[in-house]
Order: sequence, then C-alpha cells, then structure tokens
Amino acid sequence: MGFYVAKRVATIGVILVIISGLIFVITQGLPGSVARMIAGQFATPDVIAAIEQRLHLNDPLFTQYWRWASGILSGDLGQSLIMERPIGPMLREALANSALLATISIVLLTLVGVSLGIVAAIKHNSMLDHGISVFTFLGISVPEFFWGIVLILVFAGYLHWLPSGGAGNLSAGWGAWASHLVLPAATLTFALIAHVSRMTRSSMLETLRSPYVLFARAKGLPERVVLVRHALRNALLPTITVLAIDIGLLIGGVVVVETVFSYPGLGRLLIFAIERHDLPLIQASILVIAAIYCFANLVADLLYAYFNPKIRYGGTRS
Amino acid sequence: MAGLEADAVWTPAPPVSRRSRVPATLIWGALIVLVVLALAAAAPWIAPYPYDEMQIMARLKPPSFAHWFGTDDYGRDVLTRTLIGARLSLLMGLGATAFCLAIGVPIGLYTGYRRGRVEEIVMRAMDVLMSFPPILLGLLVLAVTTPSLWKTVLAVGVVYVPAIVRLTRSVTLELAQEEFVLAARARGDGSAYIVLREILPNAWPPIAVEGSLRITFAILLGAALSFLGMGAQPPSSDWGLMISEARAFVDRAPWIALAPGIAMCVTVIGVNLLGDGLREFLDPRMRSGKGS
Repeated sequence: MGFYVAKRVATIGVILVIISGLIFVITQGLPGSVARMIAGQFATPDVIAAIEQRLHLNDPLFTQYWRWASGILSGDLGQSLIMERPIGPMLREALANSALLATISIVLLTLVGVSLGIVAAIKHNSMLDHGISVFTFLGISVPEFFWGIVLILVFAGYLHWLPSGGAGNLSAGWGAWASHLVLPAATLTFALIAHVSRMTRSSMLETLRSPYVLFARAKGLPERVVLVRHALRNALLPTITVLAIDIGLLIGGVVVVETVFSYPGLGRLLIFAIERHDLPLIQASILVIAAIYCFANLVADLLYAYFNPKIRYGGTRS
Repeated sequence: MAGLEADAVWTPAPPVSRRSRVPATLIWGALIVLVVLALAAAAPWIAPYPYDEMQIMARLKPPSFAHWFGTDDYGRDVLTRTLIGARLSLLMGLGATAFCLAIGVPIGLYTGYRRGRVEEIVMRAMDVLMSFPPILLGLLVLAVTTPSLWKTVLAVGVVYVPAIVRLTRSVTLELAQEEFVLAARARGDGSAYIVLREILPNAWPPIAVEGSLRITFAILLGAALSFLGMGAQPPSSDWGLMISEARAFVDRAPWIALAPGIAMCVTVIGVNLLGDGLREFLDPRMRSGKGS
C-alpha cells in the first residue's frame, strides 16, 4: 500500500509538471500578444511595452516558464495584476471557502444519494422508485446554474427564507453563516445525486439477489440486519467509485455554482481573473484547481482500496 | 449517468437479431430528439419574430398570446430566442461530439492496433488531459482568446477526446484478438485494411453509444461555458447565455430563464434516453439483465 501511494504521488508530481507547462504554453504561448489581451484592444504602444517589461514577456518562453515554475516551488505564486496583491493569500482564503462548500456537498451527496438509492432498491419498481428516478434525472439533465437560479427564485425571491448569494460572516451568528451555504450546497448536490442514487440502487438490487443475502434471510435474521449488515456494506463499493468520479465533476460544478451565488471561492476567483484578464491569477488558480483534482482522485482511489479488502495495491501479486 | 459505465461494461457483441425488440427508451428518446431537431431546423420559419428584434415598449412582458413565453429585458421574444437557441445548443452538442470522434476514433484505433511506444505515449498524454476537470480545460483554452461559438465547440470537443480514445482503444484491443482479424492477418491483408474494414465496422456500436452520451455532456458543458461568458456572445440566443442574461431579472421575469432551461432539460433527457436505449438495443446482455 505504501509503495502504491508513493508511486501515485510521484505520478501526480510528473503530471502536475506537465500540466504547469501546458497552462503556461496555452496562456502565454498562444499566438496573439499577451500584453494586448491584458491591456485591451485600444491600448497605446507605451502601455503594451510597459506590461511586456513588467511581466518580462520579451524573454524566451522557457525562461519565463522557469521563472514562474521556480517561484511556485518556493511558494511564491506571483502578484495579481488587477488587485496588486500577492496571489498566495488570496488563493488560500478562496480555497478555504471552496473546500467548505465542497465538503458539505460531498457529505450531503453521500447521505442523500445513498439513502435515496437504498429506498429505490427496497421499493423496486414502485411509484416511489420511479419518483426518485425522475427527481434525480432532473438534476443531471439541466446544468447546475439553472437549478441555482431556480432555487434563488424560490427560496430567496419568493419565500425570503435564504440569502441569494455571498458568504456569511461568523460574527453575525452561526445561523446566518450557515444559511449562505444552503443553496449553493443544495445545487451542487442535486446536480450529482443521480449518479450516486442510481449506482446505489442497482448495486443494492444486485446484492439483494445474491446467495449470501438469501442465506441471511433463510437464517431468519431481521430484515434491517440483512439490509444494513449484509447487503448495504457490499453494495456501497461501486458507489464509492462513482463518488470518486463525482469529486471531479464537483470541482467543475463549484466553478459554476460559485459564480451563480457570488460565493467567494476558488471558482469565482478564477472567473474574476478570466473576466479581468489577470494572467498570473488565471495561471495560479488553474494550477491549484488541477492539483486539487489530482489529489482528490488519489484520495478517492485510496478510499476505494480501504473499503475493498480484495484490493491490495502493490502487495500480493497475482 | 450511463456514460460512467459505458466504457467499463462493453465487450464485442454478436450481431443483433433483426427481430430484437426495440427498447421503449430508444423510441421515446428518438422521438424527443427528432422533435427538437425538427424545431431547430424549422426555427427561422416558425419563430414568430426575428431573434434579435427589440421592442422597447414590450420589455419584460409575461407570457401572453402575442409572446407565448414572454419577452426579455430588451423586449425580445423569448419563444423565438429559445427556438433559435436550439440550433446553437445542438450545434454545440453535435459539433463538439463530431470533433472528439473525428480525433479520438482514429487515435484509439491506431494505438489499440499498433500498440508499442506510440500507444504508451498517447495514453499518458490522455491521462494528463484527464487530469483537468473538464470545465477547466475549456476555460483554459477560452480564457486567453476572444470568445466565440466555434472556439467553444472545439474546446468542448478537446475535453472529450481522451474518453473516446480510451474506449476505442479498449474495443480495438479486444477485437484485434478475434479470429476474423487473425484470419485477415494470415491472408496478408494490410494494417489499414484490417483496421478500417474488419475492426471499425465491429467497433462502432459502443462508440456510437458513447458518442450519443457525449452529446448531452457537450450541450451541458457548452451551456456552462456560455453562461460563464466564454462561449456564444450577445446578441446570440444560446441557451446558456440566455440564462446568464436572465439572472438579473429572475425575480421580476422568471420566464426568461425558465424557457431555455426547460428546453435544455427536454433535449438532454431526450438524448440521454436515446443513448441508454441505443446501448440496451446494441448490447444483448443489457436486454437479458433488464430490471436491475
């Protein structure tokens, strides 16, 4: 297991080096002047020259990359052009907000998705089962931003129960702070819930037909014990794989949902950077999000290995 | 949803019997998609107004006989814009899928058949591309250039190339071991002939299924990019862009956002049903395993 983790971390390191190169080449190496993109179409030659000098854009591309990459390795992510502040602290703050939103969404996704899947499997082919299918199907048939707007319309616009956007401050109390997270987390969860509930439902159905569940029932065990101890524990394994895939989708969803709810996270920061052509901020945000994505996938794989005793990464060799 | 399992469950299937029952999902999916395609194709003729005609006196009007889906903040007819928007969304979905198939299938066939170092390098490159969350790869490409619809189509297409390469390669790997391919080799047929005439005709069913599912992903991703301002640009009536523009008026005129949202929902459900039905129809094991 240790060997496997070390190998995966090393691979992620290599992938991140390649990704950083890709980000740099695409953002700075594509045809068209970077300085003109930053300054706008009508900028005077003086302004363009000043930007080129400030960002050392006249140096060879590799020299520019090396300066950028070595800065990142020493913990310096550069300076935002628009806000004229170091990028590191800004990213840390945004990352904390995004991590909070993503964690709440994953917990909700797991709890609600698995519960709906179990209910659908137990009530197989009933009205409830079909109802859950339709409900979850709606979630993946329309992008997050549409449901986000619908939720804002209903819960903020008409009912006035929840705020329509922004982030809460703890000084205003726990309730006010948490209320800002409800709608974005619900939107993210709804967009992904079909994957989890459908997978739980189908693997639960398969497990309920297996000989060991039949045997457990034949022994006269109460239905609850059969469902929870025998069926569910085995049925959850494929669900974990789907959850791992969903982490990737969630990171993409966070970018959109944060924009809809003006939530000050990493996604909102990236879109802000793109809108304002803040090149160093664009590069740093994308690199950080890609790194999180790689490590989230690693964690998901490890969790899968942990829950599946049949898997011994790097251990026994067949 | 089904796309998650699509490349994991496929193995080459024996030819489908002509008498096989056509799944209801396939019929319903095809029906919905045909209606959407017909509406999109006929949009310029059946739309009651030009999509960019502004009627300042009729701003933010609720649905009425004159404007079935109401008007937006410029007094433009929302029904017209939704109908014309269908063309853009379908162009996004079909264009990006065609692009990823055009790039992904040949690469998958080549690497799966020839193997060797090229396969290793290509697959590692695909791993790198898959290390980006899809929307991020799209944003990265679009962030540094002036946004436009065709760039979004290409960006979305690039995002889905690795999935197609992986699937095509895995199907090719299995088919290359089949007896009819070994027989063709023994006959002395050339590699190009074997790949194009022996492997490709047998590899297309899973690729078609995956392709149909990619259409919905592409529509949704394209809409998200347009929503974020990186896709279609005003005054075009792309559904994602329409919803983005409707945000400011959602409490006063929710119909501006609801019409394109519902249209997108119906389209995506139709294509999803079509993809699921196609998979069920082309993979006999799915039919025998019905009900789970």
